Amino acid sequence: MSLLTVIGVLPLIGAIILAVVPSKNSELIKKFALGVTLIVAVISILLATGFDKADTKMQYVQSNSWISSFNINYAVGIDGISLVLILLATILLPIVVLATWNESDSGRWGVKSFYVLILALETLMIGVFAATDLFLFYVFFEAMLIPIYFLIGGYGSGNRSAAAIKFLLYSLFGGLLMLASIIGIYVISGNQIGATFDLAQLAILEIDNQTENFLFLGFFIAFAIKAPLWPFHTWLPDAAKSATPGTSVLLLGVLDKVGTYGMIRFCIELFPDASKTFTPLIITLAVISIIYGAFMAIGQSDIKGLIAFTSISHFGFITMGIFAMTSQGMSGANLYMVNHGFSTAALFLIAGWMMARRGSSTISDFGGLQRVTPVMAWTFFIAGMSGLALPGLSSFVSEFLVLVGTYTRYPVAAVIGTLGIVLAALYILIPVQKALQGPTTPGNENLKDLNIREKIAIAPVILVIVIMGFYPKPVLDVINPTSAQVVTNAGFTDPLAQVSK
Amino acid sequence: MLQTSANLAWLIALPLFSSAILLLIGKRANSWGHVMACIVSASTFTIGLVEFFAMQSRSAENRAVTQKLFTWISVGSLNVDAALLLDQLSICFVLLITGVGTLIHIYSIAYMSLDLDRRRFFAYLNLFIAAMLLLVLGDSYLNLYVGWEGVGLASYLLIGFWNQKPAYATAAKKAFVANRVGDAGLSLAIMIAFATFGDVSFSGIKEQTELASTTQLTAIGLMLLLAACGKSAQFPLQSWLGDAMAGPTPVSALIHAATMVTAGVYLITRSNFIFDAAPTAQLMVVIVGGITLLFGAIIGTAKDDIKKALAASTMSQIGYMILATGLGPIGYAFAIMHLLTHGFFKASMFLGAGSVMHGMKDEVNMRRYGGIGKFMPITALTFGLAYLAIIGVPPFAGFYSKDKIIETAFNAGGSKGLLLGITTLLGAMITAFYMTRVVLLTFFGNERWGHKDEPAESPALMLIPIGLLSVGSVVSGFFLARGEALVHWLEPVVNPLKEHHSGEFLSPIIVSLLTLTAVIIGISIAVNKYRSAQADLAPEKVSILTTAARKDLFQDSINEAAFMRPGQSLVGRLLKIDYLVIDGLVRAVGSVSLTAANKLRTLQNGYVRSYALMMVIGALALIAVIWSVTA
Repeated sequence: MSLLTVIGVLPLIGAIILAVVPSKNSELIKKFALGVTLIVAVISILLATGFDKADTKMQYVQSNSWISSFNINYAVGIDGISLVLILLATILLPIVVLATWNESDSGRWGVKSFYVLILALETLMIGVFAATDLFLFYVFFEAMLIPIYFLIGGYGSGNRSAAAIKFLLYSLFGGLLMLASIIGIYVISGNQIGATFDLAQLAILEIDNQTENFLFLGFFIAFAIKAPLWPFHTWLPDAAKSATPGTSVLLLGVLDKVGTYGMIRFCIELFPDASKTFTPLIITLAVISIIYGAFMAIGQSDIKGLIAFTSISHFGFITMGIFAMTSQGMSGANLYMVNHGFSTAALFLIAGWMMARRGSSTISDFGGLQRVTPVMAWTFFIAGMSGLALPGLSSFVSEFLVLVGTYTRYPVAAVIGTLGIVLAALYILIPVQKALQGPTTPGNENLKDLNIREKIAIAPVILVIVIMGFYPKPVLDVINPTSAQVVTNAGFTDPLAQVSK
Repeated sequence: MLQTSANLAWLIALPLFSSAILLLIGKRANSWGHVMACIVSASTFTIGLVEFFAMQSRSAENRAVTQKLFTWISVGSLNVDAALLLDQLSICFVLLITGVGTLIHIYSIAYMSLDLDRRRFFAYLNLFIAAMLLLVLGDSYLNLYVGWEGVGLASYLLIGFWNQKPAYATAAKKAFVANRVGDAGLSLAIMIAFATFGDVSFSGIKEQTELASTTQLTAIGLMLLLAACGKSAQFPLQSWLGDAMAGPTPVSALIHAATMVTAGVYLITRSNFIFDAAPTAQLMVVIVGGITLLFGAIIGTAKDDIKKALAASTMSQIGYMILATGLGPIGYAFAIMHLLTHGFFKASMFLGAGSVMHGMKDEVNMRRYGGIGKFMPITALTFGLAYLAIIGVPPFAGFYSKDKIIETAFNAGGSKGLLLGITTLLGAMITAFYMTRVVLLTFFGNERWGHKDEPAESPALMLIPIGLLSVGSVVSGFFLARGEALVHWLEPVVNPLKEHHSGEFLSPIIVSLLTLTAVIIGISIAVNKYRSAQADLAPEKVSILTTAARKDLFQDSINEAAFMRPGQSLVGRLLKIDYLVIDGLVRAVGSVSLTAANKLRTLQNGYVRSYALMMVIGALALIAVIWSVTA
């Protein structure tokens, strides 16, 4: 059994134990969940240390027949791209559990169900990035919706039921389109090489252009909803506003990455020709997302809405980098996924603490926090600086790579995208001024600064943001070979420098 | 092959760590934080001196040293090391930054002694030193960019140091955003450079410059100019500098006069190989510099806030430098010379202004000053020396550096040279006017401060740094210009002698006489206007020009009308469109399907959430059906 399967199954076992052991001690339940996620994090780091960076083939592979009559296999394996995303998920989870210790106390279904859902979700998140069988991927992809749906609907705030249903229906709509494409490609494989869901084999099919375009769109729309890309984005701000901060971290930090990951793994790897056909359209949507998300973020009065729209802008960058089809763009996009995960986690967790203390998520209800709660204010500020991609912090490296990688092939898109970095200064500094600076808003005088648990939870996130800004090499070394491979397999080579020595 | 040095990283690491320690330790460092920050700053100056003397002992072509730290970003053909380069150009900045920086650190101990957040102030100052040193030591545009935005961050934090006042917080934000526009230019320059040369390091691009087309170089040059406009408060991105005076005065002296705002001059000089081969970009540099030098000077004539008057002057003086860089190759050396002398006399004046504010209970309105010279003689004397330096009276520093720029402008050739010469001459006249005005309103004339207690001279901890800077204001020009010392020093970097002395239009003596005449005219007008007793309120009935100058030539109104208000209305409209149109469509589709679902509800168990499971199971069933059909 592959180590990959071990870390995938562990959280599920934890969830089952939690579900069947009749304990009402919520502290114990939380500690158990923290323990499980920590163990998974440690094992996944072991997994990373045993990973051969230079090898672009799938590693830690395991394949067992699951539904043999349809040739469906439990087939998993990871390459550089999926490894860093799995690490992102497994490292963020214990942090989220620790950071949002009291988040589930007032939920509809109690503490225990909350952690059962969280642990089950972790298994699904690992599975979705590890699956190398298209059908298995689809099962994980759809099944992920269920815990998230209950986490929003049962533990969120505000109009949580409506937001949860909107999220679910929107996602299911995309999922069904993808399902149609999956069936399509499965049928084609049956005609050509014998019916299979194996990704490597599906990639070599000869598909006529029109069919390939339709199949591509089925996948792409599903992923564009998940990522989300303009104009499929409207579920995200609603979901983020209603979800608990911890759920939002998982939703924006990890689950949405399935969208951009899927674009690489399925859209481009399975349908390179269709990808080429649709690239102009996709780059356009990506650029619109960057600018539109940024403008919308500037206009938000709610801090959760703000973070959601900044993410839409950032997903625009990621998508642009992917479809630029250069090694810098592709590596930058992959690195961006990781970096965005951490900086969004920081923003959402700290925003969550601010909201829990103030009882409001309206930005203008805060004010002068720098004086009252300096540590909370500073960590928020650093997370914000990472959000605007300040050099020296992690997001800068990925944003620069995406822009420079896009410029060499699509200069106009990169130039417009660069406008996003000016707007980023506005959408970060406006809330920073409102919430952290200025005179202390009445009612905030006695807010408590971060406690020791919260400090321990946020410290590793800030540390990652800073270290990855100065020394992204370890992660880039993992991402680079696979990213370059994707670009090459799609039939692209990096544009040469216009002058040569 | 360049020599290596192991010392360079310390220049950045020391102040960076010090800053981090001061911020992380918090209140516990309150009693010693400022001392540590000063020692660290002085250490960087010492390292700078050691490197400088080591450099002097080597022959001209062996003076540059590098230090590779680690591989920073490496993807495909893009390889960027975290690497530092100390050459003849960057050592000038290192000494200026750490030397003036250390003096200002010391000054701040006294100036900020009553501020509860003094430790945090020193943490930001150290952060600034680290970022500014990285800016001038980075060996590639991308390394420079880290320092470039780093100083922007430090500047933002320090402008908003007293951000309890909403106006100050707004000023900080404005500075950051205006700078970001410039930063976007720098980003684009790097992208174009990489697409063109496949490299972002200075040496890598320099080697290949000849292979690139003029169009490519012009594009890079214009984007670099945009970056310079942001950081150096040049037209049209100049509007943030006046508001930046919200920061404590030592900050105005260090960041917004002596060092950070001159980074644009550094950038253009560093990129000399690009601008020398891109005449259009060079012309734009000259135009921007020319406009800004007059723009700043005109604003300076009408400001009553002493710091804003000095800020306008800074803008104008940097205009001179930028203009000079556009007149390369010889222009670069003169730009750097003016930059260095300006660093001394402007820092001296700002610290002097801080000393006056210290004595005047933080009053900044010169209309409420008057006759202060009597009470603060040392401040008045040092300010006077710096004053003589800035207006360019021989043999003070500004005389050497400014005259060289005016001379180069006249000698640029043809009508362009004549126009530029007259512009710089006019600038010199206005400079003499507004600086004389500042001196008269502050140190001479009737006492207009209203309160009973007389201003007392500042403590020695403040006066000594001012004194040392004013010594620099007196002698630095002479030493830099003697035997064209600086020009020869910079030769290996900017090749200033390539076209030197070709087609001389006016001789140095004539230029000096012309300039002196202009200066005397400027002084006379000011003396004539301000020698009589002044009221403590600014006159209200003034000419349109004065009104315009008081309002910074409407820079804010124009920005608001052109960008802010359209931007705000765009955001407002997008918010509506997003809800009504894009999400509206989704909701319409959704409600149709929900209605349908509701009708089906009785068939099932009645819980909406079970649809999730139902649909997944349904999907699986669908596959089975299709399978059986196709099989």
